[in-house]
Amino acid sequence: MPEHTLKRFEDELTSLKEKILAMGGLVEKAVRRSMKSVLQVDTSKAQKVIDRDRAINALEVEIDEMTRSMLALRQPAAGDLRLIIATIKIVTDLERSGDLAEGIAEAVLQSEENPLTHTSTIETLADLVIRQVKDALDAFARSDLDAALKCIERDKKVNKLYKAMQRENLTYMLEDPRQITAGLLASTIGKNLERIGDHAVNIAEMVIYMVKGHDVRHVDHKTAAAILSGELDED
Amino acid sequence: MATDMKNKLTIRGLKLWYGDFEALHGIDLDILAGKVTAFIGPSGCGKSTFLRCLNRMNDRIAGCRVEGDVLLEGNDIYAPDVDVVQLRTHIGMVFQKPNPFPKSIYENIAYAPRIHGMVQDGPDMDELVETALRKASIWDEVKDKLQQPGTALSGGQQQRLCIARTIAVQPDVILMDEPCSALDPIATAKIEELMDELKQEYTIVIVTHNMQQAARASDYTAYFYLGDLIEYGETSQIFTAPSNQRTEDYITGRFG
Amino acid sequence: MSDASKSNALRADLRADKRKRRRARADMRFKWYGLTALGLAMLFLVFFFVDIISKGLPAFQQAEILVQVSYSESVKSNYNRAVDKRYRKLISRSWLRTIPMQLEEHPDMIGTTAEQWVLADYRVDQFLKGHEGHKLKKKYQKLVRQLQEEGKVRLAFNSGFFSNGDSKLPENAGILASAVGSVLVLLLTMLFAVPVGVMTAIYLEEFAPDNRFTQLIEVNINNLAAIPSILYGLLGLAIFINFMGVPRSSALAGGLTLALMTLPIIIIATRAALRAVPESIREAAYGLGASSLQTVWHHVLPLAMPGILTGSIIGLAQAMGETAPLLIVGMMAYIPEAPHSILAATTVLPAQVYTWSGESIRAFEERTAAGIMVLLAVLLSLNALAIRLRNRSEQTW
Ligand SMILES: Nc1ncnc2c1ncn2[C@@H]1O[C@H](COP(=O)(O)OP(=O)(O)O)[C@@H](O)[C@H]1O
Ligand SMILES: [Mg+2]
Repeated sequence: MPEHTLKRFEDELTSLKEKILAMGGLVEKAVRRSMKSVLQVDTSKAQKVIDRDRAINALEVEIDEMTRSMLALRQPAAGDLRLIIATIKIVTDLERSGDLAEGIAEAVLQSEENPLTHTSTIETLADLVIRQVKDALDAFARSDLDAALKCIERDKKVNKLYKAMQRENLTYMLEDPRQITAGLLASTIGKNLERIGDHAVNIAEMVIYMVKGHDVRHVDHKTAAAILSGELDED
Repeated sequence: MATDMKNKLTIRGLKLWYGDFEALHGIDLDILAGKVTAFIGPSGCGKSTFLRCLNRMNDRIAGCRVEGDVLLEGNDIYAPDVDVVQLRTHIGMVFQKPNPFPKSIYENIAYAPRIHGMVQDGPDMDELVETALRKASIWDEVKDKLQQPGTALSGGQQQRLCIARTIAVQPDVILMDEPCSALDPIATAKIEELMDELKQEYTIVIVTHNMQQAARASDYTAYFYLGDLIEYGETSQIFTAPSNQRTEDYITGRFG
Repeated sequence: MSDASKSNALRADLRADKRKRRRARADMRFKWYGLTALGLAMLFLVFFFVDIISKGLPAFQQAEILVQVSYSESVKSNYNRAVDKRYRKLISRSWLRTIPMQLEEHPDMIGTTAEQWVLADYRVDQFLKGHEGHKLKKKYQKLVRQLQEEGKVRLAFNSGFFSNGDSKLPENAGILASAVGSVLVLLLTMLFAVPVGVMTAIYLEEFAPDNRFTQLIEVNINNLAAIPSILYGLLGLAIFINFMGVPRSSALAGGLTLALMTLPIIIIATRAALRAVPESIREAAYGLGASSLQTVWHHVLPLAMPGILTGSIIGLAQAMGETAPLLIVGMMAYIPEAPHSILAATTVLPAQVYTWSGESIRAFEERTAAGIMVLLAVLLSLNALAIRLRNRSEQTW
């Protein structure tokens, strides 16, 4: 895209993108770190996640402020407008993801005495979700539709795995009531991870809207792909 | 584009030359009845030229030649048996600079209906003048000074007077060439509001270099560039997700 | 650079140094050149006015003598007998000549005598006004002095100057014939030049296509305004007198000739006035479906009218002061009678002034100056009218 005639607006747009990516980076790290604290039963890491969430919240406020003033002062249109609208939504998703990571960390702190007993499925789930978040952020950074579609596609696997994990977890708890505390912890973590994945999907969808101007929310992945390839008209 | 809506003006392959200079390179466009259509584009891209083709104002320019079809509800306005003067009573025009006649407000409105023999002077004319001024939302401001010169009004009032003057002829289409470029934001807002009301009865085509105005006031937007129609579509689509990169660059201010 | 040194540099830059003072002096000098030129022009003007007025003012008074007039029967055949021989030479022959005619008209006057103020000879007039070269003989000088002591000589308002035509006797010469001639000629000029000029201008400005032919016409019209006016006289002679058979010296010949001369001025002024009407007014009218004729007639022309009138008046004023072309069509003649038709021999004010200025009798000199004063007064009033109209046209729309 050629440079904006108004240099200051161009600078603002660039800095807005950088801020989102920085915030995304923090969120991704928070998820990773919270999972480490789970797996390594490391309360100091969990504490760190909780402390760092403040930075994420601050960035959210800052980005909101920026988008507000850009809307008021620059009257953006077309691509610029879509970027700003996408930003407004993405920022909420990121902030929620941050909170969910914090939720995991808090759960770790509360169940310090009863760490997880079965970690393999939850670890796989975490890997998938973290990759989803990474894909969404990459898609945003590079306006990469493939990455966005990959992120959305991955969500099906995440959901499947999440359901499997909960079933598995239930069998453990039924087998051995002493496992119930750990089971509840696993359930919380799994649920949070699944929701972080949903937020990543939202972000990916907003990236598609931002790049293409098509709203692909609430349609299945195949239809979304078809819309993007221009085979299908929305209405 | 939905098919149930009716074309007011249909333009096909319109080319225009000023002497040897080809100012329009074959424009195809449908202007829908009862809608506000905005023409945007950088200066000198032919917006005014195109607009003036629609009521043959370009006829007055020496060396100006037009090719292609402009159909008003299916009737070719460039057909040899068309009377230009009569055509302009169907397709009226409002100009960039408010240009009331240096006569009274009343006379400004009454002039055209009188020369076209629409009504006789007297109570009928009074009524027509009032109706036109009311439709142009300026009646309340001028009803006590109808005999004062139209040129004594403020810029925004003058422009609404000019719109009233155009309405008085009861045209089908009103063409406006940058009608707000000489006005302050409040006066501009009033004109935009007025356009919104007028489109119930008239088809409005407006040239504007103010993209926000096109976005605010129009239903359809056409983007012109160097004598070509680059993109045409619903305003909300053009301003959120234009399909042409040049349109996108222009409306996001990346034109340079 | 620190703030302080920046401020110092600024102060140094603002301070007047040699170069800046030189620049200021050059400005001053230029202003003074202008003022000098203006002063010089004013000086000439004042000199001209003082000269003309001081020479011309006395012409508005004329000497009269109180004498005993006897209207006897014999006066009918020899008007010299009407007054005492002693005074006869002091009295204007132009008055004496009229006595028989008066008696024809009023037979009841025959046999009466009356003491009345009668027009004095121009020599007496000049002597009384103290002009050198009055040519009044010594013995009459004494007589006039004596009459003056008796209160029988006076300088009275010269109504004859406005009510008489030209005459070989200066005391009897007036501007009536030439003034009427001027009015007639001017009316004819206006009648021909204004409609033709305005119509031509409207056509060229509003309707004519912009091609070689109209450009040629345009260039020629502009050039016509600049050619020496005497050529119009030759043109008038060739067309109106030799070809169309208009009588020589007639107001018609003069009016047509001057109309030719004024035409380009009116066309140029009218086109300028039309061009000054904003295009937006025409667009407004066309946009409402007015035809070309309606647009021009209802909107453009009314707005251009003051400009057109101004131009026309200036053209007419110029025509009024013109002599050269009239010389050629024979209007520079001795014509004592006010014309009674546009085909009769006519002269005009400037021609009259010119004729008087060539007379050998010194008494005509003051009449020449007085004639110029009248001419100037008329021209200045016309120009004042033009300026007023122009100011009115300066309204914005
Ligand atoms: N009367 C004219 N004669 C010659 N060229 C003209 C005339 N009017 C406009 N043009 C040229 O046509 C092009 C389009 O002009 P215009 O329609 O006024 O542009 P816009 O209204 O989009 O700014 C410009 O290049 C302009 O120079
Ligand atoms: Mg224009």
